[in-house]
Amino acid sequence: MKFRAKVVDVACLNHFTRIVNTISKLTKSCILRLTSDKLFFILSDKVASGGVAMWCQLFQGNFFDEFQIEGVSAEYNEIYLELTPENFSRSLKTSQNAKAVKIKLTMKHCPCITIAVELPSLSSHTRIVTHDIPVTIIPRKLWNDFEEPSVPDFDVSIYLPVLKTMKSVVERMKNLSNHIVIEANQNGEMNLKIDTELVSVTTHFKELGNPPWVEDGTQSDSFQRRDPTNMAKARVDIKRLLQFLAGQQVNPSKAICNIVNKKVIHFVLLHEDVSLQYFIPALV
Amino acid sequence: LGRTGAMLRSPGDPGDDERFVFVASLDNARNLSNLLKAIHFRDQVTFFASANGIRMTAEAAKSVQGNAFIQASIFQEFRIEEDSVIFLINLTVLLDCLTIFSASSLPGVTTALRMCYRGYGYPLTLFLEESGVITVCKIQTQEPEETLDFDFCSTNVVNKIILQSESLRETFAELDMSSDVLQITMSPEKPYFRLSTFGDAGSTHCDYPKDSDMIEAFHCNQTQCNKYKISLLKPSTKALALSSKVSLRTDNRGFLSLQYMIRNEDGQICFVEYYCCPDEEMEGLDS
Repeated sequence: MKFRAKVVDVACLNHFTRIVNTISKLTKSCILRLTSDKLFFILSDKVASGGVAMWCQLFQGNFFDEFQIEGVSAEYNEIYLELTPENFSRSLKTSQNAKAVKIKLTMKHCPCITIAVELPSLSSHTRIVTHDIPVTIIPRKLWNDFEEPSVPDFDVSIYLPVLKTMKSVVERMKNLSNHIVIEANQNGEMNLKIDTELVSVTTHFKELGNPPWVEDGTQSDSFQRRDPTNMAKARVDIKRLLQFLAGQQVNPSKAICNIVNKKVIHFVLLHEDVSLQYFIPALV
Repeated sequence: LGRTGAMLRSPGDPGDDERFVFVASLDNARNLSNLLKAIHFRDQVTFFASANGIRMTAEAAKSVQGNAFIQASIFQEFRIEEDSVIFLINLTVLLDCLTIFSASSLPGVTTALRMCYRGYGYPLTLFLEESGVITVCKIQTQEPEETLDFDFCSTNVVNKIILQSESLRETFAELDMSSDVLQITMSPEKPYFRLSTFGDAGSTHCDYPKDSDMIEAFHCNQTQCNKYKISLLKPSTKALALSSKVSLRTDNRGFLSLQYMIRNEDGQICFVEYYCCPDEEMEGLDS
């Protein structure tokens, strides 16, 4: 197994760093899947994360000037690694002014992702800062555990409001309640609600718009015939929702929320060619 | 009715309004929330409204009381159908609701507020709007408790000093918190006005000369030296931080009244007042 990649462009490097920062805020540990044309950050350890799942993918060609991979075999030219994204993010902190960043799969005392940051220097010698991030190689037989989650049979699909406003409201609501209800309809309306003995708070977002999904059989039967004012809702752990909102470092060009009534909230954020999906299960 | 009227008509019949015994609206919710932060040293506070406006009261240890006054003229709309409305409410929850949009506010953007109350047993309902997004909060109200009457009247005032808050802020910020008490000396003779602490590192004295620039009015008739528990006065520093002027008055029992003049974002003046009993162990020179 071999992997080496290099980023030279400052804008690409900063963008990649912001993505890794976002991932590090969403989960302590995740899978990094490398293929010849894409990188994936995957979380699907349902028990440990309280049922939350995450799938983030990006085209390596948009970030790396060099990208070489030799996977577990010729047929399966991919590598699955488990790592702590916080370590990755910390090592990229020093790279803001870097001339280049090289990423390699290495074997130190254990398998590592080695990040070599080449920094500008006044002298003719280049200064290189190296970080070794321990990783666990995931054997091929476990790869099925990390398949891309299918887009659920949602009842409602709606564009999210301005994330900053949503985050402010949810931050305050977190002081008042452990759970929050997210509900939305096909009429561009979304409500965030908390209800305790002491206080009930509802925030109403209007005119959000609903994404035009092409009918391809993935929507539930009820989707097309649905009364547009009918709300689909799910009650979720407010900390998970806030974790998702607080982690966003990149302003997405599209932010979508799909709701399967009383089952799951599915967020899809798109920014240039990076997509991030986040699933929060409904509480019983 | 302006912005609050247009955006925040309560949902339901137009006749709904008639069923509210109290309605108050503000174009800028911060003109209320900032003031309330100045008495936020307890969760439970008493909410009192009359035709004059709103007064909210927080108390601790039966020895200190903070009051925030927002007169009716500050509000864009203020209607009360009864002589007075009074209930107990959780100020922490109220502030979380009033500031629901504040983490995302751009400079210059304000949250509009409409407060409604249907009467005894009903929650206090808040309608808040910013940039077209509306939040509705219903906060449980409780049976009001009797608030302390410090029986502080101007005829019994012995000493009074009005000064610029700026100068007192520095002194209060540097108070030796290892001292149990803050001693306040006010006198027609030297040292005129002195703040003292007695902490682990020793005693400190901060003296203000009678003709100091910072002192706007100096009316001291008798030498008084009173000690107050520092822990009880510490919350008043929030009010001090917001204010431009502060008046300190003591009466013949050594009770302390601190009145803070606070300008809100629209330049209107509101008051916060703290009362504090002297620390029982120490007798003032003239108590």
